[in-house]
Amino acid sequence: MSFIFSLVAVTVLVLVPLVGVTVADLRWLFGVVVPYAAVATFLIGVSYRVLKWSNSPVPFRIPTTCGQAKGLPWIKTNKLDNPCSLPAVIGRMFLEVFLFRSLFRNTRMEYHQGPKVRYGSSKWLWLFGLLFHYSFLVVLIRHLRFFTEPVPMWVQIVEHIDTFFEMGLPLPGPDGLYVGLPLLAQSGVILLAAATLLFLRRVVIAQVRYISIAGDWFPLLLIIFIAKTGIIMRYVLKVDVVTVKKLTMSLVALKPELPADPISFMFYIHIFLVSFLFAYFPFSKLMHLGGVWLSPTRNLVNNSREKRHINPWNPEVKFHTYAEYEDDFREQMIEAGIPVEKEA
Amino acid sequence: MATQTPKPQEIAKGLSHQPPSENWMDTKPEFRSGMYCHPVKVASLEGMGGAFAREWNPTEADWKLPADWKGIVKDGLKDRLRRFRSFQVFMDICVRCGACADKCHFFIGTGDPKNMPVLRAELIRSIYRGEFRTAGKILGKLAGGRKLTEEVIKEWFYYFFQCTECRRCSVFCPYGIDTAEITIIAREILNLLGLQIDWIGTPVNACYHVGNHLGLKPHTFKENIEYLLGDIEENVGITIEPSFNRKGAEILFVTPSGDVFADPGIFTCMSYLILFEYLGLDYTWSTYASEGGNFGFFTSNETMKRLNYKMYAESKRLGVKWILGGECGHMWRVVHQYMDTMNGPADHLEVPRSPITGTVFENAKSTKMVHVTEFTADLIKNGKLNLDKSRNDHYTVTWHDSCNTSRGFGFLEEPRYVLRNVVNNFYEMPDQTIREQTFCCGSGSGLNAGENLEQRFRGGLPRANAVQFVHEKHGVNMLANICAIDRAALKPLMDYWVPAVNVCGLSELVANALVIPGEKAARSTNLRGEEINDLREEAGLEPIEWPEEDEEGGEAGEEGEE
Amino acid sequence: MKIYDKPVIVIGVLIFLAIFAFPLWTALGTTPPQPKVELPKDMKECVAPTEYMKSSHMQLLNEWRDSVVRDGNRVWVSHTGKQYNMSLTNECLRCHNEKSKFCDQCHNYVGVVPFCWDCHTYPKEAK
Repeated sequence: MSFIFSLVAVTVLVLVPLVGVTVADLRWLFGVVVPYAAVATFLIGVSYRVLKWSNSPVPFRIPTTCGQAKGLPWIKTNKLDNPCSLPAVIGRMFLEVFLFRSLFRNTRMEYHQGPKVRYGSSKWLWLFGLLFHYSFLVVLIRHLRFFTEPVPMWVQIVEHIDTFFEMGLPLPGPDGLYVGLPLLAQSGVILLAAATLLFLRRVVIAQVRYISIAGDWFPLLLIIFIAKTGIIMRYVLKVDVVTVKKLTMSLVALKPELPADPISFMFYIHIFLVSFLFAYFPFSKLMHLGGVWLSPTRNLVNNSREKRHINPWNPEVKFHTYAEYEDDFREQMIEAGIPVEKEA
Repeated sequence: MATQTPKPQEIAKGLSHQPPSENWMDTKPEFRSGMYCHPVKVASLEGMGGAFAREWNPTEADWKLPADWKGIVKDGLKDRLRRFRSFQVFMDICVRCGACADKCHFFIGTGDPKNMPVLRAELIRSIYRGEFRTAGKILGKLAGGRKLTEEVIKEWFYYFFQCTECRRCSVFCPYGIDTAEITIIAREILNLLGLQIDWIGTPVNACYHVGNHLGLKPHTFKENIEYLLGDIEENVGITIEPSFNRKGAEILFVTPSGDVFADPGIFTCMSYLILFEYLGLDYTWSTYASEGGNFGFFTSNETMKRLNYKMYAESKRLGVKWILGGECGHMWRVVHQYMDTMNGPADHLEVPRSPITGTVFENAKSTKMVHVTEFTADLIKNGKLNLDKSRNDHYTVTWHDSCNTSRGFGFLEEPRYVLRNVVNNFYEMPDQTIREQTFCCGSGSGLNAGENLEQRFRGGLPRANAVQFVHEKHGVNMLANICAIDRAALKPLMDYWVPAVNVCGLSELVANALVIPGEKAARSTNLRGEEINDLREEAGLEPIEWPEEDEEGGEAGEEGEE
Repeated sequence: MKIYDKPVIVIGVLIFLAIFAFPLWTALGTTPPQPKVELPKDMKECVAPTEYMKSSHMQLLNEWRDSVVRDGNRVWVSHTGKQYNMSLTNECLRCHNEKSKFCDQCHNYVGVVPFCWDCHTYPKEAK
């Protein structure tokens, strides 16, 4: 149900700019207004959400310790899984954010009659996840060529590495498969493949399908459609990128201007979907981009016995004092030979 | 009341991990005998000043919720979103990747999809979305949002008292989302409505007023220990006279009260007494701070603070230099991650220094509290204990890492070091079931009641199954641990799933191996009163030749008694 | 309520803004540059319509290369029926004779590094 809803939603998002540009000629709306609104929503929204999180304190030092703590000096500490210092936390966070350390631990439980509960290694989710995120990053970096002038060397290097195989995308032509130009950027294809695999995983694994809501299906479908429209533009329809860049550069310079030359409708679909993704971002689970940095079970030093952690709202509570306790039990204590503060 | 607990094979056969076809928001929990805990007694809740104490029954339709229960829950949620970043962030960033799904022992043991950590959290997250977030308010179920109803509260009660706060899911979550944190807050909110289970509420009240969860009054607490001293005298042949509430002692010793009360915890407690006597340690027990555990941790963080207060307060009153803590799981999570923050700074204490080895415990320089196992490890490392590990040869031991000490502390190698020095036969369970990936006993976080045995045995299935694996492969017959709840809960769990395996605290194995000067022929029985040579014969080992009984022999001891 | 790590988080947000708004603050205040393509003054039409050449010239050149190298066919019939010699150096560069004023203008603008010049030398540069 939530899947169908998401599919319909994404389809509508494709049709809106298609109709808007080809029928109603709302190029200014879809080429200028929507992207501006989306980027503003993204930047302000993400900052707002993170700052809102920062308003809630971390009352207790609660790292999930995944290895040996620092203890007696002759016992080896597992610094990266149980950080005992700031550099160790930075190391742990690096592994977590950039290499998905925790997901790498993943196992798969198998239940057999007997009962026998067994555990297998399961690195697929980690692999797809990593491929998905890094290819997305490379795609974003490659797109900087539309938003910078001159194009920085490092963007060109990324592009160069991404087209390492120096081959085109094989497409069906009149005489069978035809390998054309431009060069195949692996990131786009990997992004589409990884997103598709993450999507199929959600469909195929019963437990994951069971927990999925619209907020899970929708962004995946949206990204799959973004990747598809991007790939179509680059390899099949061959959008006039110079004209596109004239538009995008006018946007980043805050002097928006629609170029005189026409741009393919596919571009408007692509940029509308991307805009929607950006605008949707701060309201969705995609905020894990910010949240992963702020998870108190990962980003704290496990040194609470060594250094006092302060809780800003440490509550005032009523205690049962020793004096009250002795008042309750004085006679029995004296009788049992337990020392007391006040003799009867 | 308690109906027949199903047989192990019945549970094993009926177990399926396939989710049902209907949406989880359309299913309701069934309060079936054996699968939930009884509500808290009115007096216990009132004793702590708890709100809305009343008689109610989970199986009845009317839970007699307070009139403004909805407002209380919403305000409670808002307040905690503002006070706990963990809660706020964990509500917002889950991507439902499902990595946690098959990591929960309750999911593995029940197949109930709402025991998947992600769905357990969604029980609250759906309300957060449906009541507080715009998309969820408008789109409702489509966006994973729903409204707060009485059914939701019942579901929370069922599933948040079917989570042991073991944090195993948190190890695998790419964002470190910790269901324990969510359960802790869910239970706080349920407590706002007077919804608590008796196995938590009554010990909390007892601990607050009497000093320990079991409600052992000062003289009874002392008597219980004296009873253990009698056993020691009989089985080990040494006379010990510990002190209680003694001012000026160097060390205050605090351990969970379960260890002075029930088998097999009492053997661990006897072992502490023997070890400290062996060392000539200047320490005292306290009848006021006679509880290491803290069921307040399973209630609310205010309650946790109220119970924990006594440790520092008593150490100050008695003027000790530092605190030594016994073997316990959640106690050490509280001591390690909460105590100093809540009730510190402990400026009246000194940085702990072992009087035997001179080792200064720099890692505890702020809390000033040392774990008996690291204390023992340091003794062994410095050659201060005369150990004959062959005395444990009739045991083939495996090690159960307790959830809290593993994932809320990182206390993994200290116990293993001690274990290797006191036993010859030690085999680890499979990697996915030990250390930070260890499985809960199924009864943690206050769920070790008597009325929910089926729930406990189901939750303990992954742990028991790993024990069974090493039992079949290596002949393991002893499951050692450093947790009082484990000692109490694993024994029935083993009897249920792997009957040939026994349970003990680590210190018991230390005491078994300890060669005590002047130990008598009485040492031929272990702390449990079993003839060691009988056990050795069963295990196909040569008998130990114990020293000849000298003239006074056991009689002298008996005379000296009274 | 004092939030002890707030400054760190604020710095983190600023870094996020700095990174994501990177194109904005580098382009801010500048006039968007435009490629200045110098067209041959004496020629009116190319081997294909301008629209097609703009977006797909790389594909055309690729086809030319395959045709010449694999099939030995050097004859190209344009959309107007006119015949051309399939040759980058001898046909294309005959009219577009200054690479820096034609090819490079757009290629540099959109950050494209064509591999034409891996094999072909550009006459003026060769000297």
